[in-house]
Amino acid sequence: MTTDHVTGTWTVKAGLAQMLKGGVIMDVVNVEHAKIAEEAGACAVMALERVPADIRAQGGVARMSDPEMILEIKAAVSIPVMAKARIGHFVEAQVLEAIGIDYIDESEVLTPADERHHIDKHAFKVPFVCGCRNLGEALRRISEGAAMIRTKGEAGTGDVVEAVRHMRQVMDDIRMLQNALDDELYAIAKDLQAPVELVRKVKELGRLPVVMFTAGGIATPADAAMMMQLGADGVFVGSGIFKSGNPEQRAKAIVKATTHFRDASIIAEVSKNLGGAMSGLAARSIPEKELLATRGW
Amino acid sequence: MIRVGVLALQGDFAEHATALRRAGAEVSEVRLPRDLAGLQGLIIPGGESTTIARLMIIYDLLEPVQALARRGFPIWGTCAGAIMLARHAIGLDRPNLGVMDMTVRRNAFGSQIDSFEIDLPVHGLHAPFHAVFIRAPVIESTGPDVEVTAALPDGRIVAARQGNLLATAFHPELTGDQRLHELFVSIAEGQAPAGAK
Repeated sequence: MTTDHVTGTWTVKAGLAQMLKGGVIMDVVNVEHAKIAEEAGACAVMALERVPADIRAQGGVARMSDPEMILEIKAAVSIPVMAKARIGHFVEAQVLEAIGIDYIDESEVLTPADERHHIDKHAFKVPFVCGCRNLGEALRRISEGAAMIRTKGEAGTGDVVEAVRHMRQVMDDIRMLQNALDDELYAIAKDLQAPVELVRKVKELGRLPVVMFTAGGIATPADAAMMMQLGADGVFVGSGIFKSGNPEQRAKAIVKATTHFRDASIIAEVSKNLGGAMSGLAARSIPEKELLATRGW
Repeated sequence: MIRVGVLALQGDFAEHATALRRAGAEVSEVRLPRDLAGLQGLIIPGGESTTIARLMIIYDLLEPVQALARRGFPIWGTCAGAIMLARHAIGLDRPNLGVMDMTVRRNAFGSQIDSFEIDLPVHGLHAPFHAVFIRAPVIESTGPDVEVTAALPDGRIVAARQGNLLATAFHPELTGDQRLHELFVSIAEGQAPAGAK
């Protein structure tokens, strides 16, 4: 029996994501937004200086937010606070760990700092969430230490089409594995560019070995419920709430639709009189080189 | 077969459902008051207590669950669930069930980097239980009818029982150790199914 108290283990890192399941994590840029999100029933907030829609519109290099701003948000709410570091920027991650953030998103929404290597997430006590477009990408991130995965979608668009594409792709890849014979897993691992141990684990479990949320384009209660029905464990909403006409009401509605994601009569009820959704940007209209989802390797 | 419900508004309800099935129960998810009918026990899972409290209020679940608790119905709360059961929940901004005579402090250990694992002796179990604490609460005090069933080496209370109500600040559903789920199922076996609402 160990009476020692151990912190930063895989179980507690992956475990916090398990506690977030069935919930909505909302992007917030200030204390006022954070309080609205908590009041609406968000299970966590993502503190950042600009929501993805503004990052996209304003261009330039997007970096980790000011630690002071993140700490103000952390002081204002009692739910977990996440923050974003650039892909591969391990010192931004060290800074976020030092200020006691609850979860780090190594995010393609920020401008990547390394075009070959992601952060070695095993080296941290704080857990990480990372984006993916398919099973191989998810398993590469998990092998680097990600304790939670989100499908990428296309952030800042309000267009759910890429979120659907990525979620269906991951689910399709998992179903393919479940139909594969054990002696085929080596070649599949090679194709997926993922460790065979994790590939075997996914076949056994019939799902990722960590929690998987959806992200990138969710703007309505029906979007959130559809992503849950497609297999998401929970929902990230970025620009979709605070770029809409009535953020308070929309935030509450998306929380309810995520809980009651199979109950169309409740989704109908919460979708009434919400005001305008974010005007958005059709993902199809974005030039290839401006897509955020293709960042990360 | 024993039928146990898991409150499925938010949190790790699927992990509890898996553990309950392994412990021999039939499981159903509870999101609305009508889902309580026919159950012999209820687990309130880990999750965010602010989210769970809001959704319990909005969907009219507080009152029927309180009524069941007062009639001796078995209910077990883990982490956020323990916060929902406590008479006094420090740091929770909404009314909760308030059916267990204890005071609980939310998020008593700090940020996620302070989340931890430890082996703990638990009352009623022969060998220690591997306890996982995630942004966990502590039970600061208990009333005369509440039995303390586990405490940290420094004395802080992390599990308690009052009749058929159980509270743990940690997460047995994350460990693969079935013993506390088996204990809960054995308590629920003696319970007549809840009536239709």
